[in-house]
Amino acid sequence: MGESDHIVADAAEKILADLADPQTVNSAKDDAWKGKLWAALEENGLTLPWVSEAHGGAGASLADGFEVLTAAGKFALTVPLAETMLAGWLLAQGDIASPAGAMSVAPTHPKDKITLNADGSLSGRARNVSFAREAQHFAVLVQSAGGAQIALVKASDVRRDEDVNLAGEPLDGLILDKVVPEKLAKAPNGFDQTALMLMGCVARSLQISGALQTMLTRTVTYANERTAFERKISKFQAVQHNLARLAGEVAAAAAAASSAADTLSSAPAWDDDATYLEATAAKIRCAEAAGTGSSIAHQVHGAIGFTEEHVLHRFTLRALGWRDDFGNESYWAVELGNRIGARGADDLWSLVASR
Amino acid sequence: MSSALTFDPIRLPETCQILRREARAFLAEEIARGTFDPNNPRRAEESSHAQEFAKRVAAKGWIGMTWPKKYGGRERSFLERFVLTEEFRVANAPTRVYFTADRQSGPTIIRYGTEKIKQDILPRIVKGEISFCIGMSEPGSGSDLFAAKTRATKVDGGYLINGTKIWTSNAHQSDYMIGLFRTSQPTKENRRHGLTNFVVDMKTKGISCNQIRQMSGQREFNEVVFQDAFIPDDYVLGEIDGAWKQATTELSYERSGPERFLETYYVLTELVRALGPKPDTRAAEGVGRLVAQLHTLRRMSVSVAGMLEAGKEPVVEASIVKDIGTLWEQDLPSRVRTLSAFIEQEPGNQLPLAKSVSYATKVAPKLTIQGGTTEVLRGIIARGLGLR
Repeated sequence: MGESDHIVADAAEKILADLADPQTVNSAKDDAWKGKLWAALEENGLTLPWVSEAHGGAGASLADGFEVLTAAGKFALTVPLAETMLAGWLLAQGDIASPAGAMSVAPTHPKDKITLNADGSLSGRARNVSFAREAQHFAVLVQSAGGAQIALVKASDVRRDEDVNLAGEPLDGLILDKVVPEKLAKAPNGFDQTALMLMGCVARSLQISGALQTMLTRTVTYANERTAFERKISKFQAVQHNLARLAGEVAAAAAAASSAADTLSSAPAWDDDATYLEATAAKIRCAEAAGTGSSIAHQVHGAIGFTEEHVLHRFTLRALGWRDDFGNESYWAVELGNRIGARGADDLWSLVASR
Repeated sequence: MSSALTFDPIRLPETCQILRREARAFLAEEIARGTFDPNNPRRAEESSHAQEFAKRVAAKGWIGMTWPKKYGGRERSFLERFVLTEEFRVANAPTRVYFTADRQSGPTIIRYGTEKIKQDILPRIVKGEISFCIGMSEPGSGSDLFAAKTRATKVDGGYLINGTKIWTSNAHQSDYMIGLFRTSQPTKENRRHGLTNFVVDMKTKGISCNQIRQMSGQREFNEVVFQDAFIPDDYVLGEIDGAWKQATTELSYERSGPERFLETYYVLTELVRALGPKPDTRAAEGVGRLVAQLHTLRRMSVSVAGMLEAGKEPVVEASIVKDIGTLWEQDLPSRVRTLSAFIEQEPGNQLPLAKSVSYATKVAPKLTIQGGTTEVLRGIIARGLGLR
């Protein structure tokens, strides 16, 4: 693949390098950098890549947008880019145009339910909605007797239970009590809450994979700089083997996430077992890698990596937090295990080999 | 060196899926005629029909399938070979006669052998007539290959070999060995200098094999003793004293294939069978994680096969696949064992599971030793990361 294949991701990485450098962001006294960054992302169509130009977006491919998410992970980005992208994508499934500004998506927990009332209003609770208090709108997956629907809801119409994730980013509960949506549309055939969860799984997997790549690069660099017992710590076999294990986790996450992104990019049927395997396996394996990988990165960095001043925590805490969004690894492992059981032992290999 | 790792989402092309269907049909036929028992990996490995099986695999054009046509190969892709390897492995097919020659020995001969050797040996591998073993480890050198002491002394027209190789899998039933022998002493500057690869005809006078029983009950291991065994000049592989320059790409093929995570796969199948259509939550989670990990490993392995096919040398990526792949397949029997703790007693559904877990548990320790230990692999990965 030539450079030209990654124009969108390259543009994103350049903007992030200029305006969201993790070290600069980590020592910033206030949030002034966020405004400039968001404006640049919006101006370049990076907040709504999956929305057609007619609906206010950039009309980029799913594959291009997925690469932006990996880049966002590499920078431990702390603005609602992934959330706005997902919200725009969800609205587009209902042929609803995206408004300007930041958005978030709900529900993000597979067991949460927002339902349609007889009068056309929406009720329900959604836990753990990322960046909810920074969003101007929510894209909501609504369950109704006639199947899934998609709604655009004004943020100011929704009550919030404010909380934060591991990295201190907004992670709010939403309470919808007979909220009248701005727009409401039927979801396409075969599209339901599971489809939204699978898409969310792949998005978080890519972000985790990106964060892990940076953890590896930074940890290798640190090991080559730090001296102990009169040697660079990179020369100790025990440290080398820990870093080799970290590389393995980074590799597994990258392979699982990019494979799932590739699968969703080629127009999947959402209820297909192969799509299900790819998306859930990515989330399960990336979540596992986030745990093991973060531990090793911290172990090699020692005390300095545990300070607020050092940037390592920006990557580790986000990667660890993302494990829980859109269903954590335990949730999906049970669901995947149940599907495997229902298919039967003799149909397990054919599923694995089909990818 | 950088720490950037590449695992592009390579997909197997349609030709591979056609080949997969052919392979499954072929294997089903072999099972039906009693060549091997897919539900008994132990007996499949020891199948007395392995030689005839190899000939029928050969007749399909599936041995040496990636090799040049002039040596009997089919010039098919490494992705196609990947598909056959995984289908044969999952079916527990008795591939031992030709697997080593197909994966390693043949490609090494193609790259470093004299034309005479290529013409003589490669077509016979392709026909499933001859088998290879690999003579590297010695009583005093295992992972430290370059400490090998078995001598090859120059004489008129060839070399005389003296010394002992050990842990040589299947030497007692192999026709040839690719052996690593000392032709000079190492130099101060380069301790890897002085070793040369040879093709050894195992029927040569002065070679004797003593079988060594393994803890798993298998009897693949051998001690191979050389006493003035003569090897003609034509049977040298590559540069004299320069074996250390060979084999980086070959190692990638050897390390990243599906056989590096599917060795104990059968216990997972048997677990799913014994759990039935509605596993309890704990077992479902365990199975889900195992399948997610297996899927990821396989996608990594396909990705490396795609890079190799494209002419790249993904040494670090291949080592990573073997590192985490062999640890996974090693751990699998114990994870399956614990996940089966709550299975209800139903006649017939547990015996195959218990038997396969028992066998896999006994095989497991070797998986992270053969073909490059975990420790060696991590050293290679660390070097790729720029740490050494």
